[in-house]
Amino acid sequence: MDVVWFVVLSALIFAIGAAGVMTRRSPLVILLCTELMLNACNLALLSFARMHGSGDGQIFALIVMVVAACEVVIGLGLIVAIYRRRLPIDVDELSELRG
Amino acid sequence: MLFEQIMFFVAAAGTLAGALGVVILRNPFYSVLSLIGHLLSLAILFLLLHSEFLAAAQIVVYAGAIMVLYLFVTAYVGGIDQTIRRGGEAGAIGQLGVVMAGAVFVVIALAVLGSSLEALDTRGADLEPGFGSPGQIGELLLSKFLIPFEAASFLLLVAAVCAVVLARRRRGLETDDDEAGGVAV
Repeated sequence: MDVVWFVVLSALIFAIGAAGVMTRRSPLVILLCTELMLNACNLALLSFARMHGSGDGQIFALIVMVVAACEVVIGLGLIVAIYRRRLPIDVDELSELRG
Repeated sequence: MLFEQIMFFVAAAGTLAGALGVVILRNPFYSVLSLIGHLLSLAILFLLLHSEFLAAAQIVVYAGAIMVLYLFVTAYVGGIDQTIRRGGEAGAIGQLGVVMAGAVFVVIALAVLGSSLEALDTRGADLEPGFGSPGQIGELLLSKFLIPFEAASFLLLVAAVCAVVLARRRRGLETDDDEAGGVAV
């Protein structure tokens, strides 16, 4: 398969993830959609690594996976903290930074 | 060659269906399950790109560990049916979001197709033996990319500490009900 197919597919997944972030209201689903976008970036990185035949892009993708794991831990920790305080789990209503 | 193309289209359909499922399904629990399907299909695509180690890491770390964390939190918080924004001002914002996402796709696709990278229309460079193997990744991580590797480990440590701090029960941050319950106990 030509590399361009993989890159266009990754662009499509990224756009779907972006649509999810902009339309959904639950922070859980928004986190899932950011995962989609990060995975799309990973796919593009690996496509270009395949195109150049070098392993550097794969290291980059691995680091992206580490960052995604950290993001998940923090995001889920925040959601659990919000739930414990009985706040609505809805980004439209969680519009204040006041503590 | 033909087998590769069939696998690509099957896996691509799987990734797109999974991604759409994450966005469209109402129940967050089903969204997480849909993302697991998406990640497994994506691992097939990684294999087609000769990234064997990353495909394995994707399945073990992502689809295995991180998604289980998601499922636990979704079960804890409760899979409340969340409707997509509709009606009134919020509905208009939601539709605008879809349009903007379409614009993002068009812009990226134009950038890719107009990039005049000639190698895009080939299957890629000739690969040396061992491309994408754990040996090559490990050697690169411990030689050329030692500093990013250490930074990633430090980042993981910071995230773990942050999670503990966020999940800790603190006086004054709970609601009145909790404090009353705590006193009664």
